[in-house]
Amino acid sequence: METSNHAIERTSSVNSSSKRSISSIQSRMSGGNSLREVSVAELGSKPVRQSSRGGDSEFFSMSFKEINDEDARLVYINDPERTNEEYEFAGNEVQTGKYSLITFLPRNLFEQFHRVAYIYFLVIAILNQLPQLAVFGRGASILPLAFVLFVTAVKDAYEDYRRHRADKIENNRHALVLNNGQFQSKRWKDIWVGEVIKIKANETLPCDMVLLSTSDPTGVAYVQTINLDGESNLKTRYAKQETLLRSPEGEKIVGLIKCEKPNRNIYGFQANMELDGKKLSLGPSNIILRGCELKNTTWAVGVAVYTGRETKAMLNSSGAPSKRSSLETRMNLEIVILSFFLITLCMVVSIGAAVWLKHFEDRLDSIVFYHKKDYSKGMVDIDNYNYYGWGMEIFFTFLMAVIVFQIMIPISLYISMELVRIGQAYFMVRDMNMYDEASDSRFQCRALNINEDLGQIKYVFSDKTGTLTENKMEFRCASIGGVDYSNTKASMPGDQVAYMVKVDGKLMKPKVTVKANPELLQLARSENDSPGGTYIHDFFLALASCNTLVPFVIDTSDPAVKIIDYQGESPDEQALAYAAAAYGYMLIERSSGHIVIDVQGEKQRFNVLGLHEFDSDRKRMSVILGCPDKSVKVYVKGADTTMFSVIDRSYQENVVHATENHLHSYSSLGLRTLVVGVRELSSSEFEQWHSAFEAASTALMGRAALLRKVASNVETKIKVLGASGIEDKLQQGVPEAIESLRAAGMKVWVLTGDKQETAISIGYSSKLLTGNMTQIIINNNSKESCRKNLEENLLMSKKLMPDSTIESDAARSSGTGKVQLALIIDGTSLVYVLDSDLEEQLFQLASKCSVVLCCRVAPLQKAGIVALVKRRTADMTLAIGDGANDVSMIQMADVGVGISGQEGRQAVMASDFSMGQFRFLIPLLLVHGHWNYQRMAYMIIYNFYRNSVFVFLMFWFTLFTGFTLTTAITEWSSVLYSVIYTSFPTIVVGILDKNLSRRTLLEYPQLYGSGQRDESYNSKLFWLAMADTLWQSIVVYFIPLFAYWNSTIDISSLGDLWTIAIVIVVNFHLAMDVIRWNWITHAAIWGSIIATCLCVMIIDAIPMLFGFWSIFEIGKTSLFWALLLIIIVAALAPRLVIKVLYQYYRPNDIQIAREAEKYGNLRQVEQPEVEMNSMTMANQRR
Amino acid sequence: MSSTNNAPPSTAAASKRPKYSKFTQQELPACKPILTPRWVISAFMLISIIFVPIGVAALFASRDVIEIVDRYDSVCVPANETDKVKYIQTPGFKTCNRTLTVPKHMKPPIFVYYQLDNFYQNHRRYVKSRNDQQLRDSKEANSVSGCKPEDYNNNSAIVPCGLIAWSLFNDTYSFSRKNVPLNVSKKDISWKSDREHKFGKDVYPQNFQSGSLIGGAKLDSSIPLSEQEDLVVWMRTAALPTFRKLYGRIEVELQENDVIDVTLGNNYNTYSFNGKKKLVISTTSWLGGKNDFLGIAYLTVGGLCFFLAVMFTIIYLVKPRQLGDPSYLSWNRNPGWH
Repeated sequence: METSNHAIERTSSVNSSSKRSISSIQSRMSGGNSLREVSVAELGSKPVRQSSRGGDSEFFSMSFKEINDEDARLVYINDPERTNEEYEFAGNEVQTGKYSLITFLPRNLFEQFHRVAYIYFLVIAILNQLPQLAVFGRGASILPLAFVLFVTAVKDAYEDYRRHRADKIENNRHALVLNNGQFQSKRWKDIWVGEVIKIKANETLPCDMVLLSTSDPTGVAYVQTINLDGESNLKTRYAKQETLLRSPEGEKIVGLIKCEKPNRNIYGFQANMELDGKKLSLGPSNIILRGCELKNTTWAVGVAVYTGRETKAMLNSSGAPSKRSSLETRMNLEIVILSFFLITLCMVVSIGAAVWLKHFEDRLDSIVFYHKKDYSKGMVDIDNYNYYGWGMEIFFTFLMAVIVFQIMIPISLYISMELVRIGQAYFMVRDMNMYDEASDSRFQCRALNINEDLGQIKYVFSDKTGTLTENKMEFRCASIGGVDYSNTKASMPGDQVAYMVKVDGKLMKPKVTVKANPELLQLARSENDSPGGTYIHDFFLALASCNTLVPFVIDTSDPAVKIIDYQGESPDEQALAYAAAAYGYMLIERSSGHIVIDVQGEKQRFNVLGLHEFDSDRKRMSVILGCPDKSVKVYVKGADTTMFSVIDRSYQENVVHATENHLHSYSSLGLRTLVVGVRELSSSEFEQWHSAFEAASTALMGRAALLRKVASNVETKIKVLGASGIEDKLQQGVPEAIESLRAAGMKVWVLTGDKQETAISIGYSSKLLTGNMTQIIINNNSKESCRKNLEENLLMSKKLMPDSTIESDAARSSGTGKVQLALIIDGTSLVYVLDSDLEEQLFQLASKCSVVLCCRVAPLQKAGIVALVKRRTADMTLAIGDGANDVSMIQMADVGVGISGQEGRQAVMASDFSMGQFRFLIPLLLVHGHWNYQRMAYMIIYNFYRNSVFVFLMFWFTLFTGFTLTTAITEWSSVLYSVIYTSFPTIVVGILDKNLSRRTLLEYPQLYGSGQRDESYNSKLFWLAMADTLWQSIVVYFIPLFAYWNSTIDISSLGDLWTIAIVIVVNFHLAMDVIRWNWITHAAIWGSIIATCLCVMIIDAIPMLFGFWSIFEIGKTSLFWALLLIIIVAALAPRLVIKVLYQYYRPNDIQIAREAEKYGNLRQVEQPEVEMNSMTMANQRR
Repeated sequence: MSSTNNAPPSTAAASKRPKYSKFTQQELPACKPILTPRWVISAFMLISIIFVPIGVAALFASRDVIEIVDRYDSVCVPANETDKVKYIQTPGFKTCNRTLTVPKHMKPPIFVYYQLDNFYQNHRRYVKSRNDQQLRDSKEANSVSGCKPEDYNNNSAIVPCGLIAWSLFNDTYSFSRKNVPLNVSKKDISWKSDREHKFGKDVYPQNFQSGSLIGGAKLDSSIPLSEQEDLVVWMRTAALPTFRKLYGRIEVELQENDVIDVTLGNNYNTYSFNGKKKLVISTTSWLGGKNDFLGIAYLTVGGLCFFLAVMFTIIYLVKPRQLGDPSYLSWNRNPGWH
């Protein structure tokens, strides 16, 4: 038999083969491979895998569809000339650098002007260059834009330089390329599509290539894809058997690969290969990608199919699509309102100008300050000087007004927001409370523009396994042959069995020790042939063999002791294998055809004759073992639901019954359960199976379906051995975190692939469900029953909570005296609900429940549930998950959080924020989210105010200049206003100010509600700010106006007074709202005022400008100082009064908490009168 | 992404645990002021205590200023002239006599101003029409950019160029008391900084008012710009359309009921834009000229603050609220009400 031959060949290289780990999702996509790819199977309960299997079968049905010639890329193996004849494919030279010396300027500018803000800047600056419209001098109008562009360009240039340097190194690396029958070294950048390349161990792949052959006789190659997706475990790739045996040096492989056009999907590949007239299909497991490293494989040969920028790694190097924060979206509405203001102001000025000009139209020439005609060329040809007729003058006035009032649209706000977000991200990343010790990982901010969304979350969608739980499986108990061996109570301290076995004179010991049940241990060790003993033997043999783990032998400091590490991607399988090892059934070697298990100190070799991998329909896997005693057995393990349908109930009915009972009790403990069974195959049965299996594995069409059928045929009449219970421990702090989330008014939805009982028990242990909750369980098999069920429950919930919609969120979340509802719905019902008219009903029902638990959901359903909520409400959603199955959900939600846990990094790659533990959600949302939201919301409103108050100030002056848009404030001051005079404090406050301390926020999660209720940014606040703006601008403008009416005041002196007054007012306004004054805040605010005065003085010290020395002249007069004082007081007094009234008589929660923070401990004694007052106050508030 | 840029994290790398600092943990020592009633009431009280005296002082100062204002633009046009613009545009020196009575004793320095109404010295066309380089530097006589349309005359540059200089005010006043001329000092009526740094000592008027259209006063081309103080004053363009400019200073005391005869040359054309011309003789106070506004403003704000302080005190006494009382938190209030 071929299998065993290989096994013998391979015994010499135990080390290399045992080092292999078969892992990751891709390996399960093993497409068109032949028999010995004995593919990697996988244990039931993780929906990821189910989905990837699903995708896989889809792939099978797809793979033999002809790829259209237009859509295909044709690669002639080892014939690059012909391959590149028709279409010149991209060379392998990579250019991650965006610019060259020549293209830098235009391209960089082009890219920078993709920002709308810059275009606005530019248009205004260009308008200003027209001589008729020149409001500002050239320098003053272009400088700010030029400065921003320059800084960004320098940053880009530096980054690009680094990329160029990296590219150069990369492009000049060498690889072995087949040339005239010989492998010759060639630089990476010279590699063409179609060339055959040889890679040695630990080398990095230069391009995407289809594997032809490897050093492994079965065509396996292991690659590490850490550069692609960050996963450090090894993935298996296969060469086609048809190409495997040909040595490229000797006989020329002539073939044609027809593959899809380059795309960025690193987990998908679709192609056919025509080889000697035979057509073979190629899938994702046949391609190795640029950036991967070849591991544990001496060499691999492949043909380049995608090179250079067309490789999947390169296509994936662009950033993730950006999300926009809801605050920013809301802000756009106010921006539109501000634009209306801007247009209105410009209209007023134009209309005023029109009236003025009309009134004086025939006299304009004799007005000395207008002087319409140009007489300088004598009296003969008299032209109008800079006068284009009444209509045009009005039009120009309008445009000039736009230029002068441009900062009404707070463009600088966008830049400030970016800076503030960077600052906030800095603090989030540095927060020691979000550092995970176990994985040594910090919090990561992957998206920079949705920080403030973290403060407004209303719905939290959480994955269970790996997110709420650690995804570190621990074998807890087993029921074998109807006997329950729970080791929960029986285990005593010191019972950690350090099982060791001597192999080749060396002690082997499993990496993970398991608490063993002494009774069971005793039974397992004492080999007896009683029925119980056989059960135990077969049970542990099944656990040790029926998996896809690869044992990994690690040296220890003691040369005599080796540690066995089971590598595989299913934590359940690992837990079971470690458990088997603890009881004396240690898997010590796996190669493609056999496994070696040390059974109670005796090394036994089993031939793996076939392996039926896990799929989502069968929900079980099986392995056919050729035992040393020449018997052939099929070992099956799988989920109880499907296992009980294939067991032989006639055989030992009591065992079946007992096992069922034990299973039930295990799952109500929250354990993950699996049922294990066995059947001995007679030789005829084996032959029958074998031929069917051979036929199915080599089939070209519908192989997956055929294999599934073969599996189903052999997995019948199974004899139940027992069941196992695996505990997935809750992560530290999860119950507390969930309690806080719910207290903060967030609705927690848990979406899990687990079965209902497990989900509910985890729900209890994580405090998601509590005893006083009414559970609504929806568990239906048809759309109609689902509809009925939903309607009934909706009615019932309405009865229970008649007014839940108008009840305040805070009251609902605290749940004082109210019945709380929990909705539990399973995946089957969701199939009928999602994308149908039942969605609305489910949403209605779910919105009445404080907890929703969805069990048995597929990854796409997770996204569907998020979408269901997102479509129907404006509330913010957050999804948190750790695995590839959560990716769609993470991307769908407004905020996606990835847990960098046990399951690779795909969730992290797709997320906006990532962290090590679920409980970090609490500091993230309650503390940082709250702060970020408050800060950003305040900053936006403040920036609106700050810019419009300045615009209004200029507008009032325009009304007194004959509507001609003269500015009393020097043009430099008006340019510097939003750059130097007032920008720094708002950024500092936006990064540093905290309304409440971390402790208070954690103590009262309800305070989070202020973000959910948009308390810091809403249209009321906006209009209040605008009213304040109007008042302040009137005070700042008109007090000096009346004071200086009929006086000798000159334009620059008055302008300086206005400049200084407005800057002081604006900064004092901010100072009034600052909650925490640390030295940086002090420095920023007072520093800005001082800087403004310095700037004004510097500008006035330039004799070339016509305002020369004004500030010093006006500063000598006492009137100036008297005016400054009254302006500040009169401008800010109304705001202070309103603030005081609100804070004192309509205090919001934040205000009270602030006071409590300061005085709380002193005033604990409550007076009854106050209590009464508070009640009446509260009543009035509503 | 390329393989070299993105090396796998080395296992030997130091722990990524963020280092503790008060800054990174956002725990910088900070003061957190809260607007307590006591604080607010004292602040408003303090403001009123400061503002009311200032307001009273300002009002007194304004009341102490003695000001004689005489509008002469229409009076000085003969009654038979129907077209005032035509009248003012006819060449020739147009004199006009006015008599002013001093209402109260005036102590020197007594300032003589002319006041123009409705004259937009801040008009955009006007305010830019000058060249500061030319005014400073005799070598820059030809820089006339921005001065259009008063930049060249007969192809030679005008110094000082531009509309502002061109429209220099040219009414003249001479005063006499009981037929004894009153000396009006025209020295130091402009800013020292302007004379010393802005207008060159060696820049002389050139080609000024030699065009076909005369805008205003002519300048003596033998006197440097820095000493042409009327021009220096005029070139400090006014902020508002109603403005005064210093004409000169009377250095003697004027007694109550003194009658002052003014002989004025009424030459300046404000008629085309309905501008008023006024002659102002005024003393000054520490706050400047006669203007009650500031005093009233201070008294109003001070009074309002006092009122607010009282109001807050009353509200505070009638309806106190305990600061930081957790029973006010929204979730601690009885959820039963609606």
